[in-house]
Amino acid sequence: MVSVGIDIGSTATKAVVFDGRILGHAMEQTGWDPKDAGFRAFRSALDKSGITEDWVGSIVGTGYGRVSLPIFTSRVTEITCHARGAHHLDPATRTVIDIGGQDCKVISLNQDGSVADFIMNDKCAAGTGRFLQVMAGILDISLHELGALAADAEPAPLSSMCTVFAESEVIGLLARGTAKSSIAAGIIDTIARRIQGLAGRVPFRDTVSFTGGIAQNGDICTIIASRLGTRLHVPVGPQFVGALGAALIGFDES
Amino acid sequence: MTTAKTFAEISTLRERNALAVKEAKDKGLRVVGTYCLYSPSELVVAAGAIPVMLCGTSQNPIPAAEKVLPRNLCPLIKSSYGFAATDTCPYFHFADLLIAETTCDGKKKMYELMGEMKPLHLMQLPQLQDDAALTYWTGEMKRLKSRLEKEFAVDITDEKLRDAIRLVNDERRSLKEFQDVCKHDPAPISGMDMLTVLHNRGFSIDKQAAIDLVDRLTAELREMADTGISPFKPATPRILLSGVPVGIGSDKVARLIEECGGSVVCFESCGGYKKVDPIEENGDPLAAMADRYLQIPCSCMSPNQGRFNLVEHLVREFHADGVVDLTWQGCHTYNIESYRLKKHVQETADVPFLQIETDYSESDTDHLKVRIEAFLEMISRPKRAGKNPVEPKTA
Repeated sequence: MVSVGIDIGSTATKAVVFDGRILGHAMEQTGWDPKDAGFRAFRSALDKSGITEDWVGSIVGTGYGRVSLPIFTSRVTEITCHARGAHHLDPATRTVIDIGGQDCKVISLNQDGSVADFIMNDKCAAGTGRFLQVMAGILDISLHELGALAADAEPAPLSSMCTVFAESEVIGLLARGTAKSSIAAGIIDTIARRIQGLAGRVPFRDTVSFTGGIAQNGDICTIIASRLGTRLHVPVGPQFVGALGAALIGFDES
Repeated sequence: MTTAKTFAEISTLRERNALAVKEAKDKGLRVVGTYCLYSPSELVVAAGAIPVMLCGTSQNPIPAAEKVLPRNLCPLIKSSYGFAATDTCPYFHFADLLIAETTCDGKKKMYELMGEMKPLHLMQLPQLQDDAALTYWTGEMKRLKSRLEKEFAVDITDEKLRDAIRLVNDERRSLKEFQDVCKHDPAPISGMDMLTVLHNRGFSIDKQAAIDLVDRLTAELREMADTGISPFKPATPRILLSGVPVGIGSDKVARLIEECGGSVVCFESCGGYKKVDPIEENGDPLAAMADRYLQIPCSCMSPNQGRFNLVEHLVREFHADGVVDLTWQGCHTYNIESYRLKKHVQETADVPFLQIETDYSESDTDHLKVRIEAFLEMISRPKRAGKNPVEPKTA
């Protein structure tokens, strides 16, 4: 049986095809039409897997757009899916940190990969991919460059976690002539402190898997890991973990 | 959703009673408005006046309130003030006197402003539960008694007070029996319908009539439970909703829990299970009232062990699969207490716990849905797999 998991996030839509092993995956920008992005990712992942729609037994939707697609055979939240996906990739995982486009969450896992507890940011961009994107925009660099720039710098003190207030704080620092690298390190430190605050609210045990698009940036991972005082395990394709979890849940249930 | 006949009658009670209050006023009866569970309605009844709950559970008057009050204040305080300022709560409109308490900083400062609109009697509530506090609080009961006697030119005798205590105790008995039907698994009534009943009956001007109505509904629900009628399935996760006061209009989280596939089986809040314990009917009535009211486990008390015990007990009694602890934005006491409550629940009851901090607006609905759905998934996956089997229970 072939199971497809589709994770329609606020920024990117991911699809994973699974039949006991991962057959293929695809990613599309979500844009303004989550439904269309879901279909595009679905077809593209099937193409890459070399199979047709008739073979597909279950399609599980997750992410903010999980309500959008009529083809879903079931819908599961990204919290349950990230736990399932991260546990599959590394069964030693007991904690998942996920930084998505518009949320960040810390999930505590039972030994079997089910969710024991979780905490998620409130309706605010603090600690999210969107926060980093806006900040990188002010410094006129890419997200990748932001991490590289911050790598060895002493972080400038940034007290605001709110995206709007941090923006004016960063502009103020630039006006005072603070080094760009130091501001970049300060920005990433803000994210790390936000994660630290959330992590204190749930059981936080090794192994810690770090998922979501931001986890691809090695420099950012290093800064967050040192702030948390723990090693972070980054799975291959960290942004596909939610979609993989959805595919696995579909596979389990059929 | 529910097929109980009496429910339809109760669901229109609030609107019908607005007219009844006007008629009562026309006949010369006095009306006393209250906001909080600490307001001793027995004294109002003994003074021959009508105690009514005032409005404070709707988002509508909040923009008007924000012309005066800070935006980052608890929505319950803003809504209560907004209803008064815009004169859109009929019960406030017809009230001759308001009873208020110094439960939290936000409320007590808001009451200073509200006191400019209506005669308002403020009770100074002590925030611990020892003998010295009880002596002080008994003094506050006496001060309210004198105020009511003077305001309405009546004499509140011990005999009248004892009668009032018996009546309000019967109301507590009736409300407890009503809520206890949800100990049945699956519950014969949804949490939203239960909330409608708990909310609307507070606007009733005739306490005895409201008691009879709720008793009738309870009997119908028991019959439904016996014949296995329920809006839920046996596998539906059972949720205890703890924390801040909720009512119709501020029911967002209760509604989302049930829309996402859960069943709210108990409200630990002020309008729910915090108000079911009776007052001692023998001895000095004012002292007995002071004693009972001071024991209410509101988060404004410090320490507040009573609430931890109550939640622990309710999880067991109602066979709850999870606890959702609701905090209104800006409510520091419930917000901070949540950390220790979570620990207590996990240590004593071993059920999952989710704190939600929100306000009355719909702006975070999608965001809350993710958390509530994930919480229900966390509960129902093991429940379905039989790792946490539900034993058959009787009410």
